[in-house]
Amino acid sequence: MRVREPSMSEVVHMALGQAHRGFRGRITAISAAAETSGVPADELERRLLELGFTEGAQVEILHEGLFGRDPIAVRVNDATVAIRRREAMAILVS
Amino acid sequence: MSVASQAEPLHFALIGTPNSGKTALFNALTGSRQKVANYPGVTVERKSGMLQTPGGRSVNLIDLPGTYSLRARSPDEEVTRDFVLGRFKSEAAPDLLLCVADSTNLRLALRLVLELKRVGLPLLLVLNMIDIARRRGIDIDLDKLSAELGVPVITAAAVRRGGTDDLMRRLDELALATEAARAEAAWQAPTAGELRAAQREADRIIAASVRTPAAPDTLTARLDAVLLHPVAGLVILLAILFVMFQAVFTWAKPLMDQITAGFDALGVLSQSWLPEGLLQSFVQNGVISGVGSVIVFLPQILILFLFILLLEDLGYMARAAFLMDRIMGGAGLHGRAFIPLLSSFACAIPGIMATRVIDNPRDRLTTILVAPLMTCSARIPVYTLIIAAFIPDKTVWGFASLQGVVMFGLYAAGIVSALGVSALAKFMFWRESPTPPFMLELPDYKLPRPRSVLMGVYTRAKMFLHRAGTTIFSMMVLIWFLASFPRPPEGAAGPAIDYSLASWIGHAMEPVTKAIGFNWQINVALIPGMAAREVAVAALGTVYAIEGGKENAAQIGQTLAQHWSLPTALAVLAWYIFAPQCASTLAVIKRETGSWKWMAVTFGYMLALAYIAALITYNVAAALGAA
Repeated sequence: MRVREPSMSEVVHMALGQAHRGFRGRITAISAAAETSGVPADELERRLLELGFTEGAQVEILHEGLFGRDPIAVRVNDATVAIRRREAMAILVS
Repeated sequence: MSVASQAEPLHFALIGTPNSGKTALFNALTGSRQKVANYPGVTVERKSGMLQTPGGRSVNLIDLPGTYSLRARSPDEEVTRDFVLGRFKSEAAPDLLLCVADSTNLRLALRLVLELKRVGLPLLLVLNMIDIARRRGIDIDLDKLSAELGVPVITAAAVRRGGTDDLMRRLDELALATEAARAEAAWQAPTAGELRAAQREADRIIAASVRTPAAPDTLTARLDAVLLHPVAGLVILLAILFVMFQAVFTWAKPLMDQITAGFDALGVLSQSWLPEGLLQSFVQNGVISGVGSVIVFLPQILILFLFILLLEDLGYMARAAFLMDRIMGGAGLHGRAFIPLLSSFACAIPGIMATRVIDNPRDRLTTILVAPLMTCSARIPVYTLIIAAFIPDKTVWGFASLQGVVMFGLYAAGIVSALGVSALAKFMFWRESPTPPFMLELPDYKLPRPRSVLMGVYTRAKMFLHRAGTTIFSMMVLIWFLASFPRPPEGAAGPAIDYSLASWIGHAMEPVTKAIGFNWQINVALIPGMAAREVAVAALGTVYAIEGGKENAAQIGQTLAQHWSLPTALAVLAWYIFAPQCASTLAVIKRETGSWKWMAVTFGYMLALAYIAALITYNVAAALGAA
């Protein structure tokens, strides 16, 4: 299983899964750990990439669900994607 | 074009990301010349249609399920992959791939194009919804885009009149080009690194060929501010569902009355035309009243599907899944299960088939298990008949009709038990395994195209009538046969049905059903009720009609009120909340899960719930002195 670790030069502030509504930023790394989700880390990473969560993409949290502020609706460049906070923990942003 | 080349139709396939307007384009290109079938071995719908190019060439166009990648994760996406790669034994790979993209949202589509290039088939990129993109000021340099991608590019606006003319003209050129040799197929499931590289390349191409204005689509953002609001969004969702069910019952009423009147007239006509005897009984009691009692639900099913298709085309269904995800997650269901479960209110069969959008096998299985608990429209006749006969038509709490409250209670009982069963299934079967992800693109809102929606409704109507004409019709003939044979001996006293096979079966089941207050007539109706629930009403009609003379069939509600006690009626209602579902639903479960085991599990647990619910209801009602 290949998990891409953010290099030292990248400034990693937080995971998107911890951000509040209205957060704006850029993706610095997609880094799925084995326990992040119900699917293997490599599979989660590829699914996130296929939905446009790639390094450098602009993200903004537009909406949150009622219970536990979950799931979140995220603007990724020009598209909007619904995702649970659990999986959004694999998206590192600054 | 020579006559010879016209004889051999070309095979083109539409492929694209979800929400690319692929199906609208398919409808615009093929019109009503569509055929819906299944792919071999799977229940994924295979939609194909014929079209004629301006040059006179026939093309067989196939609409493939939407996907972000050929790296398939759900049965739907596997079909797309296998078809494109020519892995189906029964059909060759297509001659041309038309990759459809939403012009306002090119990022993911262009990555898919780059992946499709590796398949080695002739490829064309169709920029759909170009009208919306232009209105928003998005400027796409087509030549540049085509040169960068190395793929021909054409624009289209599937929902506009004449919006596909350019594409049709281009198809002739491409039809000739497809005769050129294909490239070597070099597709392999992309790794994370390859996905990153491809997306970077796609982003570079977009930067080079597309100019986007600073202001994005503000309408969608403004609507979402309300519709995805944590509280207001849920309230609006509930309001939409409320309106939907009101419409299903009130709008359909006049049409249903007309259909009933029509079949009644037909029955009278057959009575006057046919000589008294077996043939008349067969046509009137077996065929006309049987089939009529099922076709009467067509208006309700159409209205429900009209709502579902409208909400889907509007782009609201994905929002509903977003709003419901956490609530359904508490019961161990996936947010995406909302759409299949909603469809199950019309009929569990399309509902179970719609679970194909759930990529996780576990979530899919849970949804399939509980979908038959949603009150499908086939249960409506059983409910309305018994409610009208036994529940007084009075107002409670100053505004609500008691009959309506009972109806709502029956629906609520179905939903609550579905949540309970799925929570239990999660606890019993999947306690250890972690929750799978929920990821869903929320498309921009779009006005649905009436023609496309109507075509969808038409397809459903055709499917329903086909079912009514085959399964349900043959069951009605069987019931009529059981209720009519053997004939009573000459000069026998009492109704003829007392001598029939149906009476014998009904009486044989009495020891078991006595505890839940069912008499032998109900037992007889339960048997065809397993073929299709709505047949139970018709079967009761047939049983009581043959028993008491033709005039009774018209007032079956009154007949029931005379023959049943209130606890019995309530027990029948409780039974039908869980009623072991119709044979077609079981067949679909078997096909979708690929196992007899899950079909047996569903049948078994529903039968047990139905018996227990009826047992409790009957005894409680009897103890309270309702008798």
